[in-house]
Amino acid sequence: MGLCRTGAEMNEQEIREKLRRFITKELIRDEKYALADDEGIITNGLMDSFALAELGVYVESEFDVYIPDPDLTVAKMNTLDQMVARVLRGLNV
Amino acid sequence: MQQPRLSDQPILTRASRAAMTTMLDAHTLTQPDERTALVYLSVEQPPITVTRDDFRQTVYGCGAALRGLGVREGDLVIVAHTQNLESIYLFWGALILGAIPAMFPTLTEKLDPDLYMANLAELVRFSDVRCVLTTDAFAPVLAERVACPVYGSAALGNTTPLHDAIQPDPEQIAFLQHSSGTTGLQKGVALSHRALLNQIASYSDAIALSEHDVIVSWLPLYHDMGLIAGFLLPLIQGIPLILMSPFEWAKSPAMLFRAISTYGGTLCWLPNFAYNHCARRIRQRDLDGLSAATMRMFINCSEPVYHESHTLFAERFAGIGVNPSMLAVSYAMAENTFAVTQTAPGSPPALDVIDQEALAHTLTAQPVPADHPNASIRVSCGRPIPNAACRAVDDFGAVLPDRQVGELVVQSNSMLTGYYKRPDLQPFRDGWYLTGDRGYTVEGEVYIVGRSKDLIINAGKNVYPQDVEAVVNTVAGVHPGRAVVFGVPDAREGTELIAVVAEVNDPDPESQKAISQQIRQRVAQHTTVTVSYVTLVEAGWLIKTSSGKIARAANRSKWLAGRGETA
Repeated sequence: MGLCRTGAEMNEQEIREKLRRFITKELIRDEKYALADDEGIITNGLMDSFALAELGVYVESEFDVYIPDPDLTVAKMNTLDQMVARVLRGLNV
Repeated sequence: MQQPRLSDQPILTRASRAAMTTMLDAHTLTQPDERTALVYLSVEQPPITVTRDDFRQTVYGCGAALRGLGVREGDLVIVAHTQNLESIYLFWGALILGAIPAMFPTLTEKLDPDLYMANLAELVRFSDVRCVLTTDAFAPVLAERVACPVYGSAALGNTTPLHDAIQPDPEQIAFLQHSSGTTGLQKGVALSHRALLNQIASYSDAIALSEHDVIVSWLPLYHDMGLIAGFLLPLIQGIPLILMSPFEWAKSPAMLFRAISTYGGTLCWLPNFAYNHCARRIRQRDLDGLSAATMRMFINCSEPVYHESHTLFAERFAGIGVNPSMLAVSYAMAENTFAVTQTAPGSPPALDVIDQEALAHTLTAQPVPADHPNASIRVSCGRPIPNAACRAVDDFGAVLPDRQVGELVVQSNSMLTGYYKRPDLQPFRDGWYLTGDRGYTVEGEVYIVGRSKDLIINAGKNVYPQDVEAVVNTVAGVHPGRAVVFGVPDAREGTELIAVVAEVNDPDPESQKAISQQIRQRVAQHTTVTVSYVTLVEAGWLIKTSSGKIARAANRSKWLAGRGETA
C-alpha cells in the first residue's frame, strides 16, 4: 500500500513499475519475468481473464482509481501500456 | 418476480414424478403465460426478460426452422454458440423435434480457432452429427472444416412456429453432455428423458425446491452443473432463471450479487474457486446497497471443496446477508445426469477433521482434534439424494467400511444410457458406475479425497495433464517427452493451479525466457487453462519410472520440496 504517496502524486513511471511488479509477482507468479510494456498479457497466456478482476481491485486500492466493469476487458487491458494509460486517465478525471 | 399462482401444477418431486413423461412436459413450455421464464444479464446491455409465452413461441419457431433445415427425430445437433439466448432456444427447438441437442464449449478470445475447429471436426466425424449451429460470423469458416452442414443464425430465418412437439419415448436419448476433457475426443454422455426427470425430481426434494425459488447462474451451459442446475432444472420446474455469461462474470464477479439482489435469488451453484474469486475480487463499492438475504443455498460443486473458501466467502459477504447456513455442497457428475449427493438445506456442511499423514499412508480417515499437527479439515458432500446410492469400494469392488478410502461408485435412477456411439466404453462394474474419484463415507455422509488418476481440476474444469504435456512438448527448446504437468492446490485461489516443469538444454536466460513465454502462450491457445508456474530445469532433473516414463507424482513432490512445501 502507498503509505505516503497517493496515486495522484505518482508519475507515469512509478505507476508502470508498480503495475509491472504486481503483475509479475501476483498474477504471473514469476517475479523474475521481464514483462515488456506492449506484451499481450492475457492473449499470450501469462494470466487468465479472472486476473482482470484482481487488477481492478489492486488499481483501486493502490492508486484510488475505480475502473468500471465495462473497461475491464481483454481488448482494453491486455498490455501494461494499456493499463498505465487507463490508470492515468482515472487520475486525471 | 411475479407471484406464482397456487393453482399451478406443482413442482416436480418424487411425489409428483408421474405428472411428467418427458422433458417436453416442462412447466415453462406447457403453461405459457406472462410469468418470467428467464432473465439474461450482461454488463453493458439492459436485462432481457423472457416470459414463458415468449419462450414457448421462440422455441417452437426454432423447432420449425430446424425442421426446415432437415433436422429429424434422433439427429444429433451441436450447438456451438457463445452463451446467449439463441443457444437456449436452439437446444429446446431441437428437443421438441425429438432431435438430440448437445452444447459445445464456446470459442474464447485466447483459444486457437484452428484447434477449436479441429476438435469440433473430430466430434462430427465420430458422432454422426446432423448439423452444427453457430453464429453467422463463425458459420462460413467452420463450414470449411467440418463434415456436416453448419448454420448461422441467419439460416434459421423466420418460420411459422410448429404447433405441436412430438412426444418422444421416455427412454429415448434426450440430449448429450460432453464430458469436459481439454482436448482430444470428448465423450458424449447420453441421457434419456426419464433419467433427467428422475434427477430433477429427486434433486428438487433434496434441496427442498419450491415455486418461490429463483435461480441465479453464470455457469457455462456446456458443463453439467450449468446445463442441469443452471438451465434445465428451472425451465422444467417453471421457476425463474437469472442467467449471465461466464466470460462476463469472470471479469465482473459482482454481477452475480447484483443479480441476486435485484431478482431475489435463492439458489446458486458455484465451483469452489468462485467463492475465492468473489471474496477476493469484488470491490466493496460494487456491493453498496446490495442484499443477498434472500438466498437459501450457495451450492459448492464440481471441484474439491475447501473449508477455507467457505469461511472466506461467509465473512466477506456477511455484511450483505450471507450466513454460513447458506453454504451447501453437492457431489455431482455428468454420468449421473448431475447430483449424487447434497448437504441438507439450512445447515452448513459437516466437517471432518482427520489426520492427513494417516490418510496418505494407511488410506484411512482418522479423526483427530483440530489442533493436531497433521489435522486436515474435510468438508462433507452430504448424503446421497433420494434414489441414489454412493459407496467406497476397494480395488476388487468389495464395499469398504466407514472411514476407509476407496473408489466411489454410484447407483441411481438417473444414470446415463451410455456414451454416445462409444459402446466400447463401459464404466460400470456389477451395476455400479465407477466414478474414478477417491473418497470415504461416515454414517452416510460422503467425503471426497482425490482422483484415481492424475486429473487436475482447475477452476471447475477437468484437465488431463497429458493433454497439456503434449502441447508443452511441441515448444522448440523443450526436450521432447521431457515435460511434466501437475496440479498445485492453492488456498488463495481455492482451486488447483497448473504447473509445468520442462527440461531444456540452453542455459541462456534470454532463450529460457522465450521458451517460458512459448509454453504459456501455446498452452493458453491450445487448452482451456492458463499455466500458473513454469519451471525450466536442466536435462536429467525429471524423475523417470523404471520403464522410462516421466513419473508425475514423484516430480510434483520434488518440485514442491524445492519450494519448501510438502506434497
